[in-house]
Amino acid sequence: MGLRVENLRVYYRTLSGYVRALEGATFAVSDGEIMGLAGESGCGKTTLGHSLIYLKPPMTYMEGRVLLDGQEVPIWDMKRMSEFRFRRISLIPQYAMNALNPTRKIGRMIADLLAAHGVDFREILPELKRRLDLVQLSHEVLNMYPIELSGGMRQRVVMVISTLLNPALLIADEITSALDVSTQRAVCEMIVEFRNRGFVRSTIFITHDMSILYQIADTIMVMYAGQLVEKAPTEVILRSPHHPYTRMLIASLPRVGVRHRQERLQGIPGAPPRLLDPLPGCRFRDRCPVAFARCAEVPPFVEIEPGHFVACWQEI
Amino acid sequence: MLSLEKVTKIYRTGALGMRKLTAVFEVSFEIGDKEIVALIGESGSGKSTIGKMILRLIPPTSGTIRFEGIDIFLLKGQAVKDYYRKVQGVFQDPFASYNPIFKADRIFTMIREEFFPGISRSQWEHKVEEALRAVGLNPPDVLGKYPHQLSGGQLQRFLIARALLLDIRLLVADEIISMLDASTRVDVLNLLADLRDRGLSILFITHDLSLGHYISDRSIVLYKGRIVEMGPTERVYARPLHPYTEMLMASIPRLDQKWPGQHTRIERTTSYGSSGCVYYSRCPIAQEICARRAPELVEVEAGHHVACLMRS
Repeated sequence: MGLRVENLRVYYRTLSGYVRALEGATFAVSDGEIMGLAGESGCGKTTLGHSLIYLKPPMTYMEGRVLLDGQEVPIWDMKRMSEFRFRRISLIPQYAMNALNPTRKIGRMIADLLAAHGVDFREILPELKRRLDLVQLSHEVLNMYPIELSGGMRQRVVMVISTLLNPALLIADEITSALDVSTQRAVCEMIVEFRNRGFVRSTIFITHDMSILYQIADTIMVMYAGQLVEKAPTEVILRSPHHPYTRMLIASLPRVGVRHRQERLQGIPGAPPRLLDPLPGCRFRDRCPVAFARCAEVPPFVEIEPGHFVACWQEI
Repeated sequence: MLSLEKVTKIYRTGALGMRKLTAVFEVSFEIGDKEIVALIGESGSGKSTIGKMILRLIPPTSGTIRFEGIDIFLLKGQAVKDYYRKVQGVFQDPFASYNPIFKADRIFTMIREEFFPGISRSQWEHKVEEALRAVGLNPPDVLGKYPHQLSGGQLQRFLIARALLLDIRLLVADEIISMLDASTRVDVLNLLADLRDRGLSILFITHDLSLGHYISDRSIVLYKGRIVEMGPTERVYARPLHPYTEMLMASIPRLDQKWPGQHTRIERTTSYGSSGCVYYSRCPIAQEICARRAPELVEVEAGHHVACLMRS
């Protein structure tokens, strides 16, 4: 069944008013799907990921529904969400590998975490050890402090911990951005491996790096200034993007093999709007080369071919 | 124009500075006129340390850095100022380079006070506007604003414009793209190429190989403070010689190609000790001799150097 999000609207409450960080998102992630969530800083991709598990103030729920395997996820209710967190929905935040408690040995920390969720550490220990083997970590790490491990090792520990209870949904937020390329690759391959082995059913992999998504994602969803822009299978969105923003974004990426002397790439002129009082309608329209009068209305996120959704009036 | 000769930097770390950390070891290379040289390496490879030494922010432990033939650490008084007229740096985090309580264009005023005390107001304003246009900014849009009112790309271009106000010959650009968004970073890259075509040399320090490939004329690959490979960018990317460069090339996520085959991680427990190759513990083609003998940088084809006993 997977995840279904309907018209989700999440704002940030600030002294100067609401920051409209996520505006009416409707999409689905099916079982076994690794969906890449891409976009520039401030586009709302992290807000979307975090709102599915922990609505930390000043994040404010405005409207919308989230369904996991057909069951309503009460994201607006902090208390009721605790039965979903970690067990059914798990999150690896951006700097997780640096957020391990430095005064606790790793094994002890895992035991505390499991106890908080009513799971017996000794019961799960054999499975924990199997998973450490799988990610090529020695069982010794359970008796070590986080400081004794390298960044790549800590990242692997975090991945094992967050998927230990086989969540239905894993949200990985920029987990590769602080890593060296060789470690980056290893972490990405673990995400795919965990899905293949059924430790995790659906994954939302948040990153600004499209080339990483090309390596591991089944589908890619692109956001811009709080709005969903386009979602399609990876090959489709990279080879024939339909939304002008996706097209310009992909065209601006330096690929290995492209040299400035032979081909001069183009950026996107202009800057994203402030989300405190954004233009009504499509938020890309003031930077869009093909915008027309209709763009003053919000374009619907419509399926133009199976599995390919676009929010652009030019496509309707 | 700029040359490094056997430059070594050893940091003292740990309690009371008892432990030594060799950040850069016997690095030698040159930067010529109108050239973009990419200094490529992962975290801890010593790439930023090299940039800081060229900017005289930290002294090398041994070795010399010469600019136009003169050792930059022997410069005194006015000569230091003259050096900074010609060599300037721009760093990774544009937001950290500004004082948030002052307007962003204060960086220009500071240059005027320091380097051009005699210039008239209108002449100076003209010069600033010219520099801003050269970096692709529209002066009325960006002058008189606070740092938080400008985007990262605009702030980064401001810093480049600031360097252009001087008679700059060499720009040390340390990861200046990595905090920018995809849609604006390519504009800053193109700007660097335009500046090169106008006569500037640039040391482009980066961990991102595709950016380095897009922009640079020559590439230098660092591993643990040593140069492992150096040569014309096209050659280094088309035919990497060092196993470390090969591994990097195979690990970069690309948009046109999936990662090849299975990822092999080799970790030998024996390290290189003091005499062997730095890459020994991770090298897939290492032989027993590599643990004992450190490879020299050898020229394998025109301008293409590699430090590997197996490949040279």
